[in-house]
This record gives sequence, structure tokens and C-alpha cells, in this order.
Amino acid sequence: MPDPVLTIDGLRIEATVHPPGEPSRDVVLVDGVSFSLPRGKVLGLIGESGAGKSTIGLSALGYGRGGVRITGGRIAVNGREILTGGAGALRSLRGHEVTYVAQSAAAAFNPAKRLMEQVVESTLAHGLATRAEAEARAVALFAKLGLPDPANFGRRYPHQVSGGQLQRAMTAMALCPQPDLVVFDEPTTALDVTTQIGVLAAIKDAIRDTGVAALYITHDLAVVAQVSDEILVLRHGKMVEHGEVRQIIDAPRQDYTRALVAVRETESAERPPTAQAVLTVRDVTARYAGAGADVLRGINVALGPGRTLAVVGESGSGKSTLARAITGLLPASEGRIEFAGRVLAPRLAERSRDDLRDIQMIYQMADVAMNPRQTIATIIGRPLELYFGMRGRARDARVAELLDAIELGQGFAHRYPAELSGGQKQRVCIARALAARPKLIICDEVTSALDPLVAEGILKLLAEIQAAEGVAYLFITHDLATVRAIADGIAVMHRGQVVRYGTRSEVLTPPFDDYTGLLLASVPEMRQGWLEDAIRSRRVPGSAAGLPDAPGPAILPGGQVVGAGS
Amino acid sequence: MMRVPPSALLGLLVTAVFFGGAILAPWISPYSYDATVGGVWEPATAAHWLGTDGIGRDVLSRMIWGGQITIWVATAATLLSFVTGSVLGFTAAVAGGWVDQALSRFVDLVMSVPSLIFALVVLSVMPVTLPVLILVMGLLDATRVFRLARAVAVDITVMDYVEAARLRGEGWGWIIFREILPNALSPLVAEMGLRFIFMVLFISTLSFLGLGVQPPLADWGGIVKENKDGIVYGIPAALYPAVAIATLAISVNLVADWILNRTTSLKGGRGA
Repeated sequence: MPDPVLTIDGLRIEATVHPPGEPSRDVVLVDGVSFSLPRGKVLGLIGESGAGKSTIGLSALGYGRGGVRITGGRIAVNGREILTGGAGALRSLRGHEVTYVAQSAAAAFNPAKRLMEQVVESTLAHGLATRAEAEARAVALFAKLGLPDPANFGRRYPHQVSGGQLQRAMTAMALCPQPDLVVFDEPTTALDVTTQIGVLAAIKDAIRDTGVAALYITHDLAVVAQVSDEILVLRHGKMVEHGEVRQIIDAPRQDYTRALVAVRETESAERPPTAQAVLTVRDVTARYAGAGADVLRGINVALGPGRTLAVVGESGSGKSTLARAITGLLPASEGRIEFAGRVLAPRLAERSRDDLRDIQMIYQMADVAMNPRQTIATIIGRPLELYFGMRGRARDARVAELLDAIELGQGFAHRYPAELSGGQKQRVCIARALAARPKLIICDEVTSALDPLVAEGILKLLAEIQAAEGVAYLFITHDLATVRAIADGIAVMHRGQVVRYGTRSEVLTPPFDDYTGLLLASVPEMRQGWLEDAIRSRRVPGSAAGLPDAPGPAILPGGQVVGAGS
Repeated sequence: MMRVPPSALLGLLVTAVFFGGAILAPWISPYSYDATVGGVWEPATAAHWLGTDGIGRDVLSRMIWGGQITIWVATAATLLSFVTGSVLGFTAAVAGGWVDQALSRFVDLVMSVPSLIFALVVLSVMPVTLPVLILVMGLLDATRVFRLARAVAVDITVMDYVEAARLRGEGWGWIIFREILPNALSPLVAEMGLRFIFMVLFISTLSFLGLGVQPPLADWGGIVKENKDGIVYGIPAALYPAVAIATLAISVNLVADWILNRTTSLKGGRGA
């Protein structure tokens, strides 16, 4: 075996945390992690948030985020200790031998500088090439990564390219100094599935062609299965399992890995459509004030009581805008919304209290959906006060009931949102929606910010609540695995229109329209070789070069380019 | 356990001494503020620790009573400006549209005139009493608080929990006082310290120019004015109030800096 590029041995990383209202204390983020990475190999680091993936990835650059300290073990790059070398040695390491690709390329690029300048920056700073050589290298990388018009691409500013293109440019930036090791930190997580597939293929080709070693960090096992040679499963900062991709996917040894592999396979039984609808959206068209174009055009969907309609589409497709039109936050300019046999006023301010009570909403980011200065009891109790006039004991009793219903228990009543985990926060949001006894709950990407196992628990809870209370869900998501798990009906949205609508089996059965076909084909599957098959099925010959960023960046009026997902 | 840095501790201590002196003035001041108890501009003696002023009044007693007036007027004006400014600022942010436009443009209009000139013009046509002073100073300063409160609230109103409250059908009162105010408090409190100091300087300036606190009452600015002629003769009576103003300003700033540092972001300060 050739000399490893990266050797990590007994790594231990600690941080000091300052929880609100408690004394500061040290926590161990990573403990006893050891592996080595040979030249040209890709190791996937996988785990839930907080598992220590990014912390380990950054430690390969000898870096710890604010307050994070590497307190034990050794890290060697090209056989050289990096923790003992001092600041000068680290400077020559970073951006030269080891480079980094961040999750959010949009936040990682300086918006005031042209792409080329930023892509060649570290190459020039390390004196590895002249400007002309570095730019030639960058152009070659742009071409290899399938960026349009490689010779002139670098002249653009970050806001002039789509999210997928920006992520490729960031990969070019990492590869330009010809490093030995690249750390990819969730490079495709923020992208839409149809964009992700192209970027994944480009990254995979670039890794193979340059022979660089890579750490590929992600929470999505299906993604890591496509690009990695080996997988290291992490949980709570400890190694759970380390093995070849095939072994991890096909024959996981640990229970936790088995759960991760199995998580996306749940599928609910599809229920037949009901005769009457609780919500009917008729020919709804809407636009934002001052915008020159409609963001929703002629939307027609219906949802039966106690049923679930999934609204699927990429960022910018108008699915969240549809929710805003239904709730009245963005009044529809044409068409009407019928709810439980009555026509809803388009504007929020004109709706009756009962209209408001009947339609509740759960948000993607539970963190910002709850006032950080209110206790859980206040958050859940407020709809009870407002809609039912419940006070004192009666209210507290109902809050306790709801806390039990979401499987948290009454001990949570007097906590603040900051003291809860992501999954617990989302459960509190569900309880707040339930407190109003609504007929319809709009779920806006409620699981997309959560780890897969936690998300699965939330979906299960939502299904139980639906069975018990008969509430209907309008479920907005970009994740087709979620759709399979819960939906009765599906509406596929693309550029402000519903392009396909029907029961789940109708929508997911061929023949597909072009967009639905593309969307379905883009959802990563766990098997190895899926990426190559999917690329081939897009009828793009050979390498990733020339693969379009389908469906291309949507350009809003005013020149704003919508590329990367939310 | 909260760790208070030494600078903030010093600030807290000095500020407490000033406020304590103001509250306890009737009991700790050795003489009445308006009684002639000695000769003209006597130097410091055991009987008059800071000497006497131009008409033989005890400077220490006048300093203590003057501090009371300065701090009381500044505090009242600060509170007035905060209540008015933040309620209007939050309203503008929550209501948006023409309400926001009308309020914001009106504030721009008031701010386009320098506050001191504005105050001098108003006070020269109004009877100069303490309530009028507090009203003029408080309302003029409310424009600054308005801008800060509106900026902070605009950041908060885009949060999903405010949208959730709107969808729930909450009224403006709940949204402003229960959703926004608790999250805007930290930056506002930090700003409050700075506005308080601005008020101290403002009232001192007005009194020095003769349009503030009227004799025989005096605040620190007034004491500077009364004794400024003594400086030519080496009489330090005018310097004591000047030093007091500067010391109070610095110590309150030390406290305000500390509060601001504890506020990790302007969006509600959820940090440690």
C-alpha cells in the first residue's frame, strides 16, 4: 500500500460550550477516531448533525471552528505531523496540500470579486504558478467540471451564475493548487436534486482525473455511495463502522448503520381520493408586489379531509408561494380558494378567526418558528387562549395533553426552545398547530432540516395524528422519499405551474412528462453505479462535461438568479 | 455565575455612586443649594470641600443638588424617548406600508434639523420649566431610538414566529409587546445607556447656553456657566461639574459596552 496522504490516529476534539443559564463546560466532540486515506481514494464521512463529520474534516486542515480544540491524537498529512508544526507550517498546508469545499458556495465566495480571481487566489498566494499558468489551469478545470464557456466563465461574478455552477467553481478553486487532499463538506446538500446529480458527477470525474484524495462529508448515504471508495459512519463523535462502500450498504454490521441504510424505505399505504374536498384551489395566480411576472400561474389542486397532498418541486418552483396564497399572506390575484365549503377571502386581514384557526402551518426551520423568549407552555398555550379562551388550569391541562401527544412529556412545559433538539422543536411546532384543532395543516419542508432518523420519527408522528384527528396535510417538500412515505396525492410544480397532478400511484407511474421524469431520475439511490446510470439516462454522452445544470437557473424579474436551494 | 469584567465593574460602581448621590442629596449635601454660606470663590477648606462659588454658595452642595437635577432630567427624558421611539419604531416595522413611510419620513424631517438648534428654537418660545425641558429633549431624541427600534424590529418581523403570530390572527399589541419587544430588548438596553449620556450632555449644553435649568436651581452645565469667569483667576469651581459630566459619561459607557458585548447579535441576543 502506498504512503497514505492523510493519517488520523486517536483523534480527540473538545469544545467549551456555554448553554443558557448553566455554567460553561467542556464537551468531547470527537473521540478515538482513527483512519488513513491513501492517495487517490475517497473516504465518505457520514453521520447525523453533531456526529463530528465537519469537525473531523476541518481537523485535516489543522483547523478548529471557534472554541474547538484538538486535544489528543495525531494528524499527519503526507507523513508530516501538522499539529506540532506551528502557524507557518499550517499556512503552507492549507490551500496548497489540503483544500476545502464548503457546503454553501454562495456564502463562501466574495460577491465583490470575479470568480477567476478567487479560484486562482490560493495558487498565487502559495507561489505555485504564475498568474497565466494558474488561469490556464482554472480554465481547464472549468471545462472538466462542465461549466459553460470555460474560457470566459471566470469573468463572471458569483451572483451571475447558478448555485450548481457556483459549487463547481468552488471545486475548481479547491483543485487549482493541485492539492493532495480535498475536504468536501456537504457540497451538494444545498442544491436541488436535479442540480445535485450534475455536480456530483462533475466532482466524481474531477477526483478521478486528478488523482486527488478526498474526504467527502455528507448526511446522505445515497450520495456518499456514489462518490466514495470507503465509508466511515460516525455517531456522537465516535466511529461506528468503517468499511468498503459495498459492505456498508449491502451488509452493515452495526445496528445504527442498518437503521441509516433502511431509513428511506418506508412507504405508506395510499388511500383512495375522497368525494368531497376540504381544500380546493381553483385557477390561482399570484405575484409579488412590484414583480413583473406571476410566481403562480393557474394552479388547480384539491385535497380531501384527512388526506395528504404532497406539493413537490425545486426551489423557486412556487411551492412555498402556493402555501402563502392559501394562508392569505400573499393574496391571489386571480382564482379562488375554497375551504370546507366556503370561499376564503384572498387577504389574511379579511379572514375570520375560524378561517385562521382551521388552517395551521408548520415551518421548515423550527428554530425561527418559535419565539426564543417564550416557554413551550406559552407557545403551545397561546392558540388555546386565542381561539378557545382557555385560561389557567384548563389551558395547562390541555398543554400537558398536547405535550404527551407529541411524545415529549409535561416536563418540557417550562423549557425554552433553545434547550430543545431540532426534532423536539419540530414536535412543539406540531403541537402548536394541533392546539388550534385545525382541519388543514400546511407542512412546509418540515423534515428537510432534520437528520434522517429524526425526520422519520416526525413523519410517523404526523401520520398518527392524522389517523387520530382526521386533519388534512398539504405537504410541501423537495424530497421524493418523504413523498413516498406519506402522500396520497401529488402535485409536481415547476416554474410556478403544476406540471403533473394526481394520486401518488398515477404520478409515480410512467409515462412521465419531461420534468417529472427528470426529477424522479435525479433522486439518489443507494446502489453503487446509480450515478453513472442516471447520467447515461439523461442521454449526455461520456463525461460530465457539457451536462447542463438542468433546469437552469430561474431568473426572477430584476435580474435575481435563483439557483441554489434554500 | 455571571462574570463581570473589571471595566464594567468600575463603570457600575461609579455610576452607582452618582445615582446614589442624586437620590440621597437632601441628606448628604452639607448645605442648602441656594444659601450663601461663605465668601466669593473661596478655596477648598474643611468647611467647604470644593470651595464656594461666585456668590458664596457651597460648591459641593450645588454639585450634589445639580447632579440630582441633571440625572433626573436625563433619566426622565431617556425613558420618554425610549417609550415613544420604540413603540413607534415597532409599529412602523410591523405595520409597514404607508404607516412606516409616514413615520419614517417624519422622523427624517425632524432629524434633518440639528437637535440643539431645534431645542433652542423651541425653548426660546416656550416657558423653560423642567417638564418642558424633559418633553423637548425626550421627543427630539425619540427620533434616534425610532430608527434603531425600527431596524431591529424589521429583522425580527421576518422571522417565522412573527409570521406564525400573524397567521394565528394576533393583534398588533401581541405582536409588538410579546413577540418583538422581548427579542429587541438587549440592543435597546445597550443603546439606552448611550442615549442617557447624550441626554446628560444635552441638558448640560442647554443650561450652559442659558436655556436649560433656570437659577437658582442649577444642573452641572449651569454650574459651569456660573463659574466660568473664575477660571481666568485660577478658581477651579467650573471644572468640578465638567469632570463630573465626563466621569459619568465614561462610566455609563463602560456599562453599556459590556451589555452590548453580551448581546451576540442585534437580532435579539440569544447568545451567552
